[in-house]
Amino acid sequence: MSGVFLARRLLLAIPTLLGVVLIVFVLMRVVPGDPIAMMTGLNATPADIERLRALHGFDQSIFTQFVFYLENILQGDFGTSITRRQPVADLVLSRLPATLELSVAAMIFAIIIGVFLATAATLWRGRVAERMADGFSALGLAIPDFLWGLIFILVLGVMLPILPISGRIDPRLGFEGKSGLYLVESFFTGQFAAFLSVAEHMILPAAALALPLAAIIARVLKSSLGDAMRQDYVLLARVKGFSRARIVTRDALRNALVPTVTLTAVQFTFLVGGTVLVERIFGYPGLGNMAIEAVVNRDLPLIQGIVITFAVIFIALNIAIDMTYALLDPRLRHG
Amino acid sequence: MADVTSMVSRAGWRRVMKPGGRILFGGGILGLLLIAAIFAPLLAPHDPLEQDLMVSYLPPFWSAETDGLYPLGTDSLGRDILSRLLYGARVALTVAVVAALLAGLLGTLLGLLAGYFGGWVDTVISRAVDIWMAFPPVLLSIVLVALIGTGLHAVIFAIVIIDWTRFCRVVRAEVMVQREQDYVASAVTVGLSRWRTLFVEILPNVAPLLLVLFSLEMGIAVIVEAILSFVGLSVSSDMPTWGGLIQEGRLYVHQAWWLMVLPMACIILTVLGLNALGDGLREKLDPVMRR
Repeated sequence: MSGVFLARRLLLAIPTLLGVVLIVFVLMRVVPGDPIAMMTGLNATPADIERLRALHGFDQSIFTQFVFYLENILQGDFGTSITRRQPVADLVLSRLPATLELSVAAMIFAIIIGVFLATAATLWRGRVAERMADGFSALGLAIPDFLWGLIFILVLGVMLPILPISGRIDPRLGFEGKSGLYLVESFFTGQFAAFLSVAEHMILPAAALALPLAAIIARVLKSSLGDAMRQDYVLLARVKGFSRARIVTRDALRNALVPTVTLTAVQFTFLVGGTVLVERIFGYPGLGNMAIEAVVNRDLPLIQGIVITFAVIFIALNIAIDMTYALLDPRLRHG
Repeated sequence: MADVTSMVSRAGWRRVMKPGGRILFGGGILGLLLIAAIFAPLLAPHDPLEQDLMVSYLPPFWSAETDGLYPLGTDSLGRDILSRLLYGARVALTVAVVAALLAGLLGTLLGLLAGYFGGWVDTVISRAVDIWMAFPPVLLSIVLVALIGTGLHAVIFAIVIIDWTRFCRVVRAEVMVQREQDYVASAVTVGLSRWRTLFVEILPNVAPLLLVLFSLEMGIAVIVEAILSFVGLSVSSDMPTWGGLIQEGRLYVHQAWWLMVLPMACIILTVLGLNALGDGLREKLDPVMRR
């Protein structure tokens, strides 16, 4: 891939990022209530408040304040959480790995379920299997991730309690993760009890996040598999006497995957956005759960930090998607 | 993105139901919702806020222990679930219609301008869409409502502020296609002003698409309202909402699972119906797909 394309794409991300920071900045300034008063509590003297105001730059013009704010962010300083009294950047970084691990697990689930459904529907076209796969897709799209989460809690947590419905790991195991990526870390350090516990806790939230995406993957892949099955090479393979199962899973699937791959990448951002509520429902200690806590406590610096972090992830994912497009389609590279 | 959405809908529903059937199914559900919302005071057997601790946790009609006065049972405070669901439909429908309408208006206007005028107008609007798309919608709606204060207005405002981009992106792309058509060239030749061309000639050709987007957006608005009331940020607690009912029901899921399941069923059925309506309309109105 040409470096020019990459450089241009990265440059284009800068105004978007600036816009994001500007919007967050404006949002936080229109909030009713004085952020300084919230920081100090009730027994601060007016002189204290004035001093803090100057310290945080609130006595400057709004433009100077924005520049001040931007400078801090560029240095990785997102301020201090009001409720937790810790640097926001540290808090965000401590929770980010949990959310990333959950999101990636959910995407893997979604791909497995989606590809399975599409292949099954194509293999048994016109049979009950196809109707079931189609019906599932319609349901998967109509039920948002957080409702799937509640359904799982009810069915697999309460009625048939076979899976844990809250937390990230059994606290009795006393597992102390160093990296934050518990699943990866416990696997590679050979702590299999911890690994199993983390995996077990991840199944339901990951499945809840995965199902709507799986439905979309199933639909798009099925439609491109249908197109692929009408191509000449499929006819040729049939004439050669290959079985239908082999044609669908080997020849057609490989050619039909490209649109699905790019679509999955685009939809992955929505899945990451969905972690906010799903983590809350499952008491999963990730970034999204912390975001809702921050909103409930009106912890403005923490909210800002989390929103900007999510925005940076989204922008980075979109750049990665564009890179993938460019790799797959040479015309775009020189456009 | 537009082609992805149409691919998604094309592949799935076709085998489940024909376009006409889908419109009928979706329209029927929308009709039921309308009746429930408008006539809630007449249909509801009880005051949705009336508490009676003597009859808390009554099971729904299919159970032997029901007494018939509360067809869908009662919650922890002895409030009638059916009445609360009916009044919840009012909130859901109000939010769905008003938010989808306003988001549609704003997004369509900006999409029309960006698609037709191009140049710097398009650059500014498209850049704004890019920035908006960088925020996770669920988080942004929660933060917005938390900041501007709860209530029906705040919920609608948050949905409009977030979801106008859906309309804007699709309309912009469609207008760029329409702009190159012969009828637009003729309109310009005849001497129609640019604004007249845009609103009298192009807009009607985009209208079928808007109808589809509108019905899909209503489904999204219902979900967002449910999310916000689930997190406790929607309308005040003395107004029953589906999301609020789910949140309350979740606390008693071990004793009375139906408290959570019934409002969930309402949301799922509504969204299923609105999606079917949107998909059905898309196929009926799109001459290419009709063939």
